[in-house]
Amino acid sequence: MPSKANVTTTAPTPVVIAKTRQFQWRDFVVYIFFAIVLAFFAITIGDKGFLTVANLFNITRTTSMIAIMAIAMTFVIAAGELDLSIGSSAALSALVAGLTMAAGYGMVAGVIAGILSGLAVGALNSFFVTFFKIPSFLVTLGSMQLIRGLDMRVTYTKPVAIADTTFTNFFGSGKIGPLPSLFVWSLVVVVIGHIILRYTTFGRQVLAAGGNPVAARYSGVPVDRIKIYCFLVSGGAGALAGLLYSGMMQTARYTFGTGAELAAIAAVILGGTSLFGGKATVIGTFVGALLIGTINNGLIIMGLDVSEQMMIAGGLIIVAVAFGRRPTKT
Amino acid sequence: MAISNILETRDIEKSFGSIPVLKRVNFALQKGEVHAFMGGNGAGKSTLMKVLTGIYTRDSGEIVINGTPHQFAGPRDAEAAGIAMIFQELSLIPTLTVAQNIFLHREPRSGYFLNDAEAVRRSREILADLGEDIDPTARVEDISSGACQMVEIAKALSQNAQILIMDEPTSSLSEHETRSLFRIVRRLQSNGISIIYISHRMAEIFEICDRVTVMRDGAIVFTDTCKNISMQVLIDAMLGPGTGSSLQWRDRKLNADAPVVLDVANITAAGSYRDVSFHVRAGEIVGLAGLMGSGRTEIAQAIFGIRRPDTGTVQLNGKTITSTQEAIAAGVALVPESRRRQGLILDHSVAENFLLPNLDVFKTGYFVDERRTARKILDFIKLLGIKTDSPDKEVHELSGGNQQKVVLSKWLVRAPKLLILDEPTLGVDIGAKSDIVEIVRKLADNGAAVLVISSEFEELLAMSDRILILQDGNLTNQLDRRNIASEEVLHHAVQS
Repeated sequence: MPSKANVTTTAPTPVVIAKTRQFQWRDFVVYIFFAIVLAFFAITIGDKGFLTVANLFNITRTTSMIAIMAIAMTFVIAAGELDLSIGSSAALSALVAGLTMAAGYGMVAGVIAGILSGLAVGALNSFFVTFFKIPSFLVTLGSMQLIRGLDMRVTYTKPVAIADTTFTNFFGSGKIGPLPSLFVWSLVVVVIGHIILRYTTFGRQVLAAGGNPVAARYSGVPVDRIKIYCFLVSGGAGALAGLLYSGMMQTARYTFGTGAELAAIAAVILGGTSLFGGKATVIGTFVGALLIGTINNGLIIMGLDVSEQMMIAGGLIIVAVAFGRRPTKT
Repeated sequence: MAISNILETRDIEKSFGSIPVLKRVNFALQKGEVHAFMGGNGAGKSTLMKVLTGIYTRDSGEIVINGTPHQFAGPRDAEAAGIAMIFQELSLIPTLTVAQNIFLHREPRSGYFLNDAEAVRRSREILADLGEDIDPTARVEDISSGACQMVEIAKALSQNAQILIMDEPTSSLSEHETRSLFRIVRRLQSNGISIIYISHRMAEIFEICDRVTVMRDGAIVFTDTCKNISMQVLIDAMLGPGTGSSLQWRDRKLNADAPVVLDVANITAAGSYRDVSFHVRAGEIVGLAGLMGSGRTEIAQAIFGIRRPDTGTVQLNGKTITSTQEAIAAGVALVPESRRRQGLILDHSVAENFLLPNLDVFKTGYFVDERRTARKILDFIKLLGIKTDSPDKEVHELSGGNQQKVVLSKWLVRAPKLLILDEPTLGVDIGAKSDIVEIVRKLADNGAAVLVISSEFEELLAMSDRILILQDGNLTNQLDRRNIASEEVLHHAVQS
């Protein structure tokens, strides 16, 4: 830009440019925790089948849907918002796709209809958040119930069987090479999510909108539009997760994704993303989701019952988040 | 020691790091007087008040109240000694009622339970004493800002405060509310309460205050009875002998035929400014002078598309501006009033802040061109002398002056056609200040139009070619810098 050469006047103070920034071990807490948990289970239950390839793939399969929703949630939280309705969108998309295919419109129409239903939920949420300026926690607390109710209503809680094997193989049941297709789906979403958040102008605008919406506005960032996109991403990812659930189960049920929103938020925060927006990592979120999945899997193999699993998993989440907390500034 | 002095400070000193901000301050407040405090930004007024209210601890010296020396370990001690401050940014809790606010932390009780009825009854008593008709059961968020101030005063009185410190109490009040505040000040005075009244508005000071003290560079330089002096004397005291500053005005050669860059036509926004029109030509630096609350910042926001005016138009090189995106695309840049809130994302790095308004420049397709950004930010760190270890350092770790240079850098890289600076050197050290003035001059020399808003007239006079005078939202005058002999002229001009 032309002005730069003309702008300097005072003898500039010498600046020392450090090549790398200070190592912040707090940013890596999730990786350290993941390594510790893996090592712990490998030692204690390695001989009980934890370390088999089949079991490790099993972890990635069961984690996949949560991971995908958590990655979308990373964008929403990075922008300073929250989407509690994402699990309800998953069931909606599964049902809409299932019903469309059952009506004979075929797989492509079913997938499109399913994804559109998720985007519609995202549009609804973002409309109330940006237009009426209602906090997203409240908007999505409402839409979470509203959509879940709708899920129950469309088929009067009856499951919809999905007979299309191309669909079920593509979404969730099949394998791609040696890898379960669910794992491949989550890897694809991680890679795309990471690239968008880290390397695109949109990613920067998301972080700015969450970091300080006022300063972002004063820098020309269309904050509301960015938030709308984040909710659409979230609705779309919820819908994809719904298709994966239904592909895996070969059925669509209104119960899909119940509680997934909280698991996704836990994965995001474990991964090192700030609950208040402005700082986020997609890779961290993915590892956070894997961490939760691994803990659950390991505890099952150890023979703990559900009540004990829940207590231990919940406690570990609190401990991990406490370690990853940045010191509060004044 | 005269017994009529309710408060005395003796040789109070305070430094931050190696910088002395209070230098042997000796001050006496008489019982029942209203005593004005004046001084520019950084003169030491607010530091002194923070020492008096126990927020800061003094390095040396004594605070004597009613003849006894006091040690303040914290605000509670100052409160117990009878000193209360009425804050400029009101410190009430909006969701609680008036009575709940007045007795916050000191709620009347019966047994283990709060006695709400008693709190309401006593609040009503105090408010009636003030001659104010405010419902103690109303929520604070539902009452006017004038009423909030009365509640603050009532809160202080409920703690038996003998000394009230008011910081710019009228800055958020309407004319009518100001009248009723003055009535209350007089009533408090007649009840023997002493008041320290901080203000920049001389007309008010002459109306309501008995004596006036002026601070400059951390020391008290002047105290006298208001009756004995004129506005001129006060202005002289504030400015000091010879404006021996590093900021010297330079008569810049201007091209009177240069094209008009910014054209503001008849803009009005209810409650902020009325029918304001002016223009700025290429290469020109125009100052906008006015007191706090005169509508300065709102006009800057209108030009930058943050808050659109109700009526009227803003044009840049003939293009009408209705949004911030349009303003930036047309070449407008704003260095906003609040660096921390509006200018920067404090938890993000220098490089990220630098990049934010320039994503359109530093991109290839949808992707951020990180290598080009990194190179450019290094250029600007050197160019502006930003002191940071690395472009990846988070900006909250930088000093005020360096933070402001980051804000400047993010706009300079766009080569703006119009640069608006709102209080550009607030909280900035003197070195960075003169750097910033130089940068702005160079930019104008290269053909940019510049609009500067500042409460520091010294700075306005150093930079501006022309100064617009804003009073209560009206553009009342326009002065050619060549015709302004001294800072006094400007002081006279803005005082309504």
